[in-house]
Amino acid sequence: MAQASGIDANLTPAEEQEKWLRDATSSVKQSAFHMKRAIDEGNLKDALKHSAAMLSELRTSQLSPQKYYALYMKACDEMRYLENFFRDLASQGRSIAELYELVQHAGNILPRLYLLITVGAVFIQTKEAPAKDVLKDVVEMTRGVQHPLRGLFLRAYLAQMTKDRLPDKGSVYEGEGGNVKDAVDFLLHNFTEMNKLWVRMQHQGPQRLKDKREKERNELRDLVGKNLLVLSQLEGVDLELYQKTVLPWVLEQVVNCKDEIAQTYLMDAIVQVFPDEFHLHTLDAMISACMQLQPTVKAGTVLTLLMNRLARHASDEPTAGPLIEEVKAFEKLSDGAQKCAALQPAGTCPLDLVLLYQALMKFVVELKMKDSLERLDQVLERCADALANHKDSMTTKSTKELVALLSSPLSQYDVCDVLSLKHYPRVMDLLADDVRKEMAVTIVKTILKSGTVIGDVAQVEMLFEFIAKLIKDPEGAPPPEVDE
Amino acid sequence: MNFLGFGPSPTIEIDYSGPERRTVSVRGDSPGQTETLPLFSGTETISGQVRVTPPPGKKLEHMGVKIELLGQIELFFERGNFYDFISLVRELEPPGELTTSKVHPFEFSRVEMQHESYNGINVRLRYVLRVTITRNYAANFVKDFKLWVRNLVDVPPQINNSIKMEVGIEDCLHIEFEYQKSKYHLKDVVVGKIFFLLVRIKIKHMEIEIRRKESTGTGANMYNESDTIAKYEIMDGAPVRGESVPVRLMLSPYDLTPTYRNVANKFNVKYYLNLVLVDEEERRYFKQQEIHLFRHDL
Repeated sequence: MAQASGIDANLTPAEEQEKWLRDATSSVKQSAFHMKRAIDEGNLKDALKHSAAMLSELRTSQLSPQKYYALYMKACDEMRYLENFFRDLASQGRSIAELYELVQHAGNILPRLYLLITVGAVFIQTKEAPAKDVLKDVVEMTRGVQHPLRGLFLRAYLAQMTKDRLPDKGSVYEGEGGNVKDAVDFLLHNFTEMNKLWVRMQHQGPQRLKDKREKERNELRDLVGKNLLVLSQLEGVDLELYQKTVLPWVLEQVVNCKDEIAQTYLMDAIVQVFPDEFHLHTLDAMISACMQLQPTVKAGTVLTLLMNRLARHASDEPTAGPLIEEVKAFEKLSDGAQKCAALQPAGTCPLDLVLLYQALMKFVVELKMKDSLERLDQVLERCADALANHKDSMTTKSTKELVALLSSPLSQYDVCDVLSLKHYPRVMDLLADDVRKEMAVTIVKTILKSGTVIGDVAQVEMLFEFIAKLIKDPEGAPPPEVDE
Repeated sequence: MNFLGFGPSPTIEIDYSGPERRTVSVRGDSPGQTETLPLFSGTETISGQVRVTPPPGKKLEHMGVKIELLGQIELFFERGNFYDFISLVRELEPPGELTTSKVHPFEFSRVEMQHESYNGINVRLRYVLRVTITRNYAANFVKDFKLWVRNLVDVPPQINNSIKMEVGIEDCLHIEFEYQKSKYHLKDVVVGKIFFLLVRIKIKHMEIEIRRKESTGTGANMYNESDTIAKYEIMDGAPVRGESVPVRLMLSPYDLTPTYRNVANKFNVKYYLNLVLVDEEERRYFKQQEIHLFRHDL
């Protein structure tokens, strides 16, 4: 009845993947069993032999990233036993330095490096060697794996095994073992190589499978991002280190890799993992980098994300105000937005620009800055300029967002102040007639809801004029009477 | 070589003098077999005592007992034909009669054993102590005791240049490889790197082989044979231009000997590092480079 090979030819690609994964996992389990038995017997030679056999399953080229990940996780789980064994040997007085050399005798590079990283982690932990020396050596030796998928997972293992063994400020590994600069150096190197491998995947394989490749790349992105996360969690990475070392290096990698997927994800990641205070001090670098991204990467999207974060930060942190003023955040962001607008080809859907100015608007509103109204007007002016070439390409969504943009200051500021802003009407003109009318109704409703009492005659006149301009159709419902 | 002649033979044994005699485990004559032999070095004195014990209850009449130190080279295509480059003899006992066990001290001092023992592909070099009990009207009793000889270099090489070369195939592949040294001791590490200047082929992986080339005979009769002692993978996957890959190859796990140049005009043993790149179609691109190996400690 064992006719397995006869059925193979009829498997779909997905079924084939399942089968390969099952077979590889079974081999891993088998080798792991022998490895664990050798460990129980204290037999180092056999433990290494079987662990190398187990790790050899990771040399496969057959599995998709998702399936490879499953196999990788299984192998990693089993490696915990070996790691504990190494630690036990260390506590019994065995030289880890010798073990570090011994594992390098393995003939195949991938199992060899997994073993090296595992011994290296114990090497650091026992403090038999300075952390910085081991880190430098392992990150250098891993360059031998140039295959993108296998290299990415190997380096992910490296990041995982070393993350609690870095010579951070205040850690037990600081001093003889190095300092935070060594930790940063290590993480930046690993990040750079991982990004290179990840980008390389884009160009592997035929053009027709591009979509599949891109989907797979997106599945792997957090492996690369993890390095940034660990960097952000280092105690010793203060503003100075971030400004002078970390950010310039990372931005250089992001810009130079010239890859859409990497740039989109990484700029987003930088904004998310590092503190807002750091962002406020490095706006020039961030905005400059945004301008150098691939044309298909929406620089505006990154700025929008940044502004939304900073706006939230401003509202959460009352003390943020002065710093924001000090670094001239608004001016820089506003200039940045202008540059983004200039990059957008004419006649294309301006949704991203609308969102961008919406975010800038929100930034001003949340900040409650002095000269707010002037700044609001500037935003409106620039928004009107930016969208001028795209008036006819406004989609439903863009329109909706533009309306939201126009409405947002109404809740925070005096209605009449807002409506009297010089450039408010210009932006309103971008809307289609019916939308404009609807907007007028909304404005009126807002006024009524807020219970604003407009005491000034001039203001009432202005208000009527404003609404009249909106309502061109004389058959439109007249505005309700306003109490004096 | 106990000769089972008429009746039981005497036992012949050797004890080496001096405290803890160093031993070494070497490959035996049959494949997979290892034997433990006493290890001597350079001009070390070989001394000890030979004990001859006649078979129980018998007396042994003989024409003399001697011990020889032989250094021999045997070329496999001339099997049984030994070239003795060292042949020294010490007489232990004049003709006589042996009724009980007798011990004879011996010494070979200041003998220059300049060639190392070697078991090769087509040639073997060995040292034996041969005890012979000569007899009249009957075959001699002969027993061989194998020794193993290793020599250290007095001084590590003064000049040890790196090996650095750019090689390639036009429009396909250009690499620059560098090995930090050209001379290595047997427990050394080959450290270097491979830098990719141009990559237009789809590389699957890269490895370094340690190859041994043994040449036997001279002139028109020279015969070369190579074998691969080790294969060590140094790269998995395809690099791009500008990438560099580290080399760290430890020599200690492998069964290596020093480079032997012109041993008694009979044979040479040379070692090479062979850098091999394999592409997706299993095509192999390689560059072989000789390295000099020497013995740094026993």
